[in-house]
Amino acid sequence: MMEEKYIISDYCIIRNNRIVLNGEVVYTGNESSPGEFFSAAYRYFTISYAKFFKMDNLCKLGFLASELLLRGKNINDVYPGDEVGILLSNAGSSIDTDRNHQKSISKRDEYFPSPSVFVYTLANIVIGEICIRHKLFGESFFLIEKEFDAKRSYEQVKQWLDEQIVRCCITGWVEIDNDRYEAVLYFIQKTSVLQEGIAIFDAEKLTDIYLLGK
Amino acid sequence: MEALIAKLKNEIIEVLNLTEMTPESIDENEPLFVEGLGLDSIDALELIVLLERNYGLKLATAEEGKTVLKSVRSMAEFIRKNNKG
Amino acid sequence: MKEVYIISDNIVSSLGFSTPENIKRMQSGETGIRQWEDQSLSPVPFWASRVDDIRLHKCFSAHADPKDFSRFEQMVVCSVKEALSHTSIDVSDEKTLFILSTTKGNIDLLNKADTNSKAGSPVYLWQTASKLQHYLNLANTPMVVSNACISGLMAIIVGSRLIRTGKYEKVIVTGADLVSEFVLSGFNSFLSLSNGPCRPFDKNRQGLSLGEGAGTVILTSDLHVIRAHKIRVGYGFSSNDANHISGPSRTGEGLYLAIRKTLEKNKSRVDYISAHGTATPFNDEMESVAITRSCLQDIPVNSYKGYWGHTLGAAGVIESIAGAHSLISNQLIRTMGFSEPGTTHPLAIIDTNRKAALNSCLKIASGFGGCNAALLLYK
Repeated sequence: MMEEKYIISDYCIIRNNRIVLNGEVVYTGNESSPGEFFSAAYRYFTISYAKFFKMDNLCKLGFLASELLLRGKNINDVYPGDEVGILLSNAGSSIDTDRNHQKSISKRDEYFPSPSVFVYTLANIVIGEICIRHKLFGESFFLIEKEFDAKRSYEQVKQWLDEQIVRCCITGWVEIDNDRYEAVLYFIQKTSVLQEGIAIFDAEKLTDIYLLGK
Repeated sequence: MEALIAKLKNEIIEVLNLTEMTPESIDENEPLFVEGLGLDSIDALELIVLLERNYGLKLATAEEGKTVLKSVRSMAEFIRKNNKG
Repeated sequence: MKEVYIISDNIVSSLGFSTPENIKRMQSGETGIRQWEDQSLSPVPFWASRVDDIRLHKCFSAHADPKDFSRFEQMVVCSVKEALSHTSIDVSDEKTLFILSTTKGNIDLLNKADTNSKAGSPVYLWQTASKLQHYLNLANTPMVVSNACISGLMAIIVGSRLIRTGKYEKVIVTGADLVSEFVLSGFNSFLSLSNGPCRPFDKNRQGLSLGEGAGTVILTSDLHVIRAHKIRVGYGFSSNDANHISGPSRTGEGLYLAIRKTLEKNKSRVDYISAHGTATPFNDEMESVAITRSCLQDIPVNSYKGYWGHTLGAAGVIESIAGAHSLISNQLIRTMGFSEPGTTHPLAIIDTNRKAALNSCLKIASGFGGCNAALLLYK
């Protein structure tokens, strides 16, 4: 039997009011705010998931990117939920929502912290939302780094795959800070049949894809 | 009472981000939790904040919350009872 | 497969600035949770476990000028430095990694920080980590694990895995978090803070007590630097409930999976469980479900949250250290705050300090976002 190789079978980039899926622009928006852009994209793709509107912008971004990444893959039919890993990273953690929460407690005479805002003041909630949506129970965690560290992500995911901690993995960068946002998500799988043009999973390829259209 | 109920429906849609709902689609007698609107624990806490912020009424425990937050009507009655709406 | 050892550790908390001091005070039945009236943190009095500011100032002044480091950074430095003082290893080389585990880092600076500054703001966790890297003279960019309340346990799991691959020879794992206005107000809005010291697994528990501190473990597989008491870090796993972003799964799905994978991989019996035990009605109930589903309901189990409060990003590290020391001393420590069982599934809650032959400890943790983790520590 041929040796199994790890491949980047899919990727989704959301940046500059555009959504790119596996090299193809699948949506272009002209909304002025990230939140409006995310909502417009949600409607365009006729995603039916009312919880979307409760999410903060970081989760909306991560949700959209993973939704499109996994669209049509029937992931639950291919992999047991506890064998799908998720490794995400960003620089700001949940800074956007942190500011909102901070605002709600900054005046003692208008002190109304909101539980639905506070619950989003943790970056790993993005992972939680993705897991709930796609029924994923596998290994996961969230890393904070100044910039997307392709080498670090590659090493971590590779170890997960080598040691069969997971059988496939969603990994990448999900970041929003004021009006700057970007999501680059990759779906990493094993294959024993290397098709023409398919990207091998390594740090250089992660970086190449990350930089597309940046 | 009807005006208060209408106001509450709008406020609930806003604070709970029920973006795809309209006030007309909420039945004030239907349960808010489990069935009906199917709200969850964070929604319940958010409604407790709503009552405090917009109506000056403080609910201290989950038990009190369960009765008051049963439906939009029970919320309105609670507000009326405390002369706040 | 390489064995990974804890060769040194430290706890900075309300109960002291070294592991021995913390353990001693815990064993004598002291809790670090008390009531505070501090308008800068909360408009109403609150119960929490806080690091003594005067001692922190004194401790840190021996290392650097407190004016140049935030409270959070001071705790981390004091913890790392003290842990390192018990070893002679060189941590300035390429084969050393520093993993920082925290949920909110310097969040107390958010209301004063210019988070739009191009130079970066200390509120950004990578910025804090970078500053610590330079101060501690470390070669590699630190890894920052920020994954709610399982961060500390995840950081130890990740660190031990990296040693097993040979990528690093030494890993310093430090978990730290503050009691801050930001977090207090949030948990208050959840109505999940206890009005009094928290009561893990107790029938009358009403919520958690927040805590702050820093915990450090130094991991290596280098046999030459192993100290007399060898505690090994076994295999650990994380898993998600895929149920709700803040409420634990009624079936304890994620925690059960994490425990199952941990037990299958380690092929070891469990002599004692260090639970998460935050004392919220839902968490402790969920843990009782997961522990029972794992057939571990007769294994002695405790929670340390009644001593240190819930130290968030530090909890997984601080409580793993306590678990490791239980193994070393063959001593089980009672669950402070517990008196009457209060979960649907009965557990073997440790309610008095007692001696026991202990070889292995299962540490478990759960957090917002539906995350869960489990790890085995053993002699």
